[in-house]
Amino acid sequence: MNTIQVANAKAASKAHSGITGFDEITGGGLPRSRTTLLVGGPGSGKTIFAMQFLVHRAERCNEPGIFVAFEERPDRIVANFESFGGKLTELRRKKLFFLDAEPAPDLIQSGDFDLGGMLAVLGAKAKEMGARRIVFDALDILLTLLPDHATRRREVYRLHAWLLTSGMTGLITAKDDSGEINATSKQPFGFMQFMVDCAVVLNHRVMLGVSQRDIRVQKYRGSAFDENESPFLIGKNGFEVAVSRSLGRGVLNVSKERLSRGVARRDTMLGGGYYRGACVLITGLPGTAKTTLGGAFAEAACKRSERTLFVSFDAESNEVVRDLASVSIQLDRQIKSGQLRMISARTVTGSAETFLVRIKAFAKEHQAQCVVIDPVSTWSKSGNGVSTHSVTERLIDWSKAEGMTLFCTSLMDEVSNQNEPATANQISMLADTWIHLDYLVQAGERNRSLSIIKSRGMAHSNQVRELILSNSGVTLADIYSAGGEVLMGTLRWEKESAERVAADVTEVAEQLKRVRLDAEEAELEVRVKSLQVELVAKQVEKALLVRTAKSREGELSRDRTHVDGLRGADAVIPMRKGSR
Amino acid sequence: MKFKFRLYVAAAAQNSALATSNLRAFCRTYLPERHEIEVVDVYKLPKRALADDIFLTPTLLKLAPLPTQRIIGTLSQTQTVLNALGLEDIAP
Repeated sequence: MNTIQVANAKAASKAHSGITGFDEITGGGLPRSRTTLLVGGPGSGKTIFAMQFLVHRAERCNEPGIFVAFEERPDRIVANFESFGGKLTELRRKKLFFLDAEPAPDLIQSGDFDLGGMLAVLGAKAKEMGARRIVFDALDILLTLLPDHATRRREVYRLHAWLLTSGMTGLITAKDDSGEINATSKQPFGFMQFMVDCAVVLNHRVMLGVSQRDIRVQKYRGSAFDENESPFLIGKNGFEVAVSRSLGRGVLNVSKERLSRGVARRDTMLGGGYYRGACVLITGLPGTAKTTLGGAFAEAACKRSERTLFVSFDAESNEVVRDLASVSIQLDRQIKSGQLRMISARTVTGSAETFLVRIKAFAKEHQAQCVVIDPVSTWSKSGNGVSTHSVTERLIDWSKAEGMTLFCTSLMDEVSNQNEPATANQISMLADTWIHLDYLVQAGERNRSLSIIKSRGMAHSNQVRELILSNSGVTLADIYSAGGEVLMGTLRWEKESAERVAADVTEVAEQLKRVRLDAEEAELEVRVKSLQVELVAKQVEKALLVRTAKSREGELSRDRTHVDGLRGADAVIPMRKGSR
Repeated sequence: MKFKFRLYVAAAAQNSALATSNLRAFCRTYLPERHEIEVVDVYKLPKRALADDIFLTPTLLKLAPLPTQRIIGTLSQTQTVLNALGLEDIAP
């Protein structure tokens, strides 16, 4: 609910801070033309915050700014800030003014005094350069010069009133003395927190040996804000607040493009690969070929000419390259062509937040479209588990926002329930596709299996497949499940060969039978032929017989007629015939 | 030895006015005929204040004799001022 309000808040009344993530938790930045108090312990990043606030505005919006340094010499502040990559020499000449207000150590006090001089000087300077922003860094140093509480309060009032009339967006940083017993020194700030329009608290603490920084907006008059502590980092690019995506941040570009994952048949298992910009999670016990699959994915991505970042947390990158070459995943070629960037972070310690920010930085630098993180579960080892979850969440959120395809492997806890694998960072809930790798120990063998636990928005196979790593590559084989038993490895092979033999035998038998039938058929045909010939012979014989008989009869009657003629007998032939 | 002072004040602020009168009285008492006072209003001449690194008012700058020294406040504690200027030995 809160975030929605933030999104609707008027952005016009706010001045962008130029700090990644901070504008999102405040819904647009610091209150314009008002005063913000930034409180934090030593080394909590107050000065960097303040500097970034000024420099961003001066660089991007051409808004000049004034930096009043009470604690450090401006030259040192500038030098420190430039180590984050900025160049201030040019800006300093035109847009930035540094006032060295560090009290001289030999300053002699005699009687009452006030800040009037400084404010007069600053007022004149601001008018001259048209400054829109002003930072008072470490105001507490100045206030300690003041003799008593009443005076401090009076001077803070004076400063605040001056800021209001000046119309500049003010930022006052002060040390957080809450750790100290001296209550009187703390009070002016406590009082200041009521006076200012916006108060931001920076925390720096160590949890289980890992440094953790948090920023919290304590108050923000006339605006809603994210009330929770947000982790932040002081990284290579300065102050960076890690925020989860807020509700109002717009709809992601959802891609329908399917990508191959570099293992034949696995794409078929998922009905054609996963979606671009998806988050793929591979879980498994140690040695279940998680890294290999990650490598296969990276190679496939490179072959599609997508820039890929491979972050390895448990091996040196050249080790990974060498190991994967043994299963014919040739990453070195892709590295040489510049498509693939391998980063080994084995020796890096730090909070999960640090990892995330570094990965983000590398991905940005490499313009990566695919990121492989192997394994993401390392994060929960360093630092505390609670933050790891939110970091993983932000990782996925970030990759989606950038349209990047994320491929994470995660080591499963061996002790945890095998039937319902729970991943260390609960990333499984957030991942779009979850592939689980497992072992099946059977008949003295340990075989790898792959199954798809979930895959959002796409049809996927429900089958467990056997994952085979060989020097020709990574392949998936059907497993045998017969009689409720799953067969893999040698057993599968035996079963397969037995089936092959059985099939051969059947085939031979069939062929034999066919030949026999052919022979019988041929024999019958021959018999038909000979019978036909015989029939014809008989017919001929019969015809001949008939003809012979007829001719003999004719001969006889002719003879008789002739004899009768000779004898002159009566021609009563029938009777003669019967008498014969 | 002549003392040369420059006093930065914030317009007519009460502590600035007090510092001005205190300084004049101090000089009359301890440095008669050997002092020179210049009063600068930071609101009128902020650039001079900036050049002299004036952040708190009132601020007294002792320009001569060298080294330069600065004392902030109304100068109401005479002994402190005497000590700062190395004039402890001068009895009233």
